[in-house]
Amino acid sequence: MVAILGGLSESVLAFVYLVAGVLFIQGLRDMTHPRTAPRGNLISASGMALAVGVTVLVTDILSPVVLFAGLIVGAGVGVWLATTVETTEMPQLVGLFNGFGGGASALVAGAELIGMFGEGTFAVGVTATAALAGIIGSVTFWGSVVAAGKLHGVIDDSAVRYDGEQIVKAVFLVVAVLAGLHLIARPDLLGSVPLAGWVPSYWVLVVAASVLGVLLVIPIGGADMPVVIALLNSYSGLAAATTGFVLDNSVLIIAGTLVGASGLILTVIMCESMNRSLTNVFFGGIGEESESDDEMEDIYEGNITTTSPEEVEMILDVADRVVIVPGYGMAVAQAQHAVAELAELLEANDVDVEFGIHPVAGRMPGHMNVLLAEADVPYEKLRDLEEINPTFSQTDVVLVTGANDVVNPSANEADSGPLAGMPVLNVGEARTVIVNKRSLSPGFSGVPNPLFAQDNTNMLFGDGKEMMQELVNVYKESHE
Amino acid sequence: MTGIDSTAFVLAVGAAAFVRNLTLFVLAAFVGYEIITKIPTNLHTPLMSGANAISGITLIGSVVVAGSAGMATQSSTLATILGFVAVVMATVNVVGGYLVTNSMLDQFRSSDGGRD
Repeated sequence: MVAILGGLSESVLAFVYLVAGVLFIQGLRDMTHPRTAPRGNLISASGMALAVGVTVLVTDILSPVVLFAGLIVGAGVGVWLATTVETTEMPQLVGLFNGFGGGASALVAGAELIGMFGEGTFAVGVTATAALAGIIGSVTFWGSVVAAGKLHGVIDDSAVRYDGEQIVKAVFLVVAVLAGLHLIARPDLLGSVPLAGWVPSYWVLVVAASVLGVLLVIPIGGADMPVVIALLNSYSGLAAATTGFVLDNSVLIIAGTLVGASGLILTVIMCESMNRSLTNVFFGGIGEESESDDEMEDIYEGNITTTSPEEVEMILDVADRVVIVPGYGMAVAQAQHAVAELAELLEANDVDVEFGIHPVAGRMPGHMNVLLAEADVPYEKLRDLEEINPTFSQTDVVLVTGANDVVNPSANEADSGPLAGMPVLNVGEARTVIVNKRSLSPGFSGVPNPLFAQDNTNMLFGDGKEMMQELVNVYKESHE
Repeated sequence: MTGIDSTAFVLAVGAAAFVRNLTLFVLAAFVGYEIITKIPTNLHTPLMSGANAISGITLIGSVVVAGSAGMATQSSTLATILGFVAVVMATVNVVGGYLVTNSMLDQFRSSDGGRD
């Protein structure tokens, strides 16, 4: 193979990588509209197939059996995971896949170092980028594993905080960086020891960064996971890009950078929608101090109106325009199908129905849109925050299900506190607000919600799925 | 080649390659920013999952390493094992990532009510 292609192989590879890079960019461009997005995914996937295929053909492969075994095992696992996943479980699966990308980067950098050891030459640029790829890749892998575990409920998803947390993390970071510096300064050290190819400082670095990855995500609560997943996504891209520097490979750099940019932009968007800074997510302690029970009683005492599915049905019956605001709680209760059915029933009776989607509703950026799409809610019915907010004053009924902080009016009024200034859905401006929630317990922010005590608000207490199903049943009965 | 000469040579070649790669990195970052800020909120999950699949491009790194580290030295066995594991992980990321993205986008398409 090599003999045939000879000197051509280098330029052929470089050209194919350019084509693959263009396909990735075009694939992302098609993601700007739902109509073209499936095509974009296909274009991006063909770019990947092309890049991998040609690399396999042109590279001097001495262990094709190992390589193809790896490809087949990986493809089998990937297909199995992707085809068995529930829509509600997608965030943890995407998180896990993400970790695998990072982990692969760290291992490739290690293997490349060992390869260089065999040749006896160490380029400074390569050892430096290998150190970076090792740190980023290991943090990404272990951070993603912990994030996926928390989302899947395997690991306790509450925010685990302890004294000296930042110092412990700093120590592991310093150890990883020192090991990296050692690797750059003396990659040949211990070269005469029998374990020649071990490149020990690299593995010290990997272990320290792995511990750091776990420690970084363990203290973060479940509700902050969208930000963490977005950030880790960015990391996995940067890990790929740094691996590209290590291997002097253009397509790795282009593709990795695109992913890094995408993850970073999503991280910023999520942070803004949650009214948090990145440092606050990672080092802060929001939700630690919940408001005193007294204050909640002051707000809620005597001001709460409860309602029943039957009453809600009657309210909906005279409505011309209804906005449904789904939240994290609806996703957890898996109530999206019942909600979609209710929307269909209302539409069939000439009610104008729209969905108001807060950017952080769900467990990853835009997750609520996917959940509702799965339940066959038409794409044109989904409105984001800026679009829906001006329409609430002309809305007869807002049905809030499983959302709390994102509809808290105190975000617009309070000068301080975790919600101050956070963009929220101003549902209170509608004529009637129905809030479906299991109890009056505060949301993630720990702040009481004055919306519940408003005169035009009726609380429909109960599990999201049960209540929505009940509502569907009652509605059907009365319209037969 | 003496030690000093080869080090100097490696350094010079490494520096040129580094600057070329840095150019790619900076340009790709600009292109990425321009495109991604135009993607609407409701497609952010497929975007993330699709971008995630792209990050499996490290598969190429794994392929190169798994393929080329087969020299008959004692260290190569370890490199081959690492390369194999990396290939498996990256392939899971790529294949799984594109499939999940595809099934998500299919739902968007079907919920579009066939309207184009």
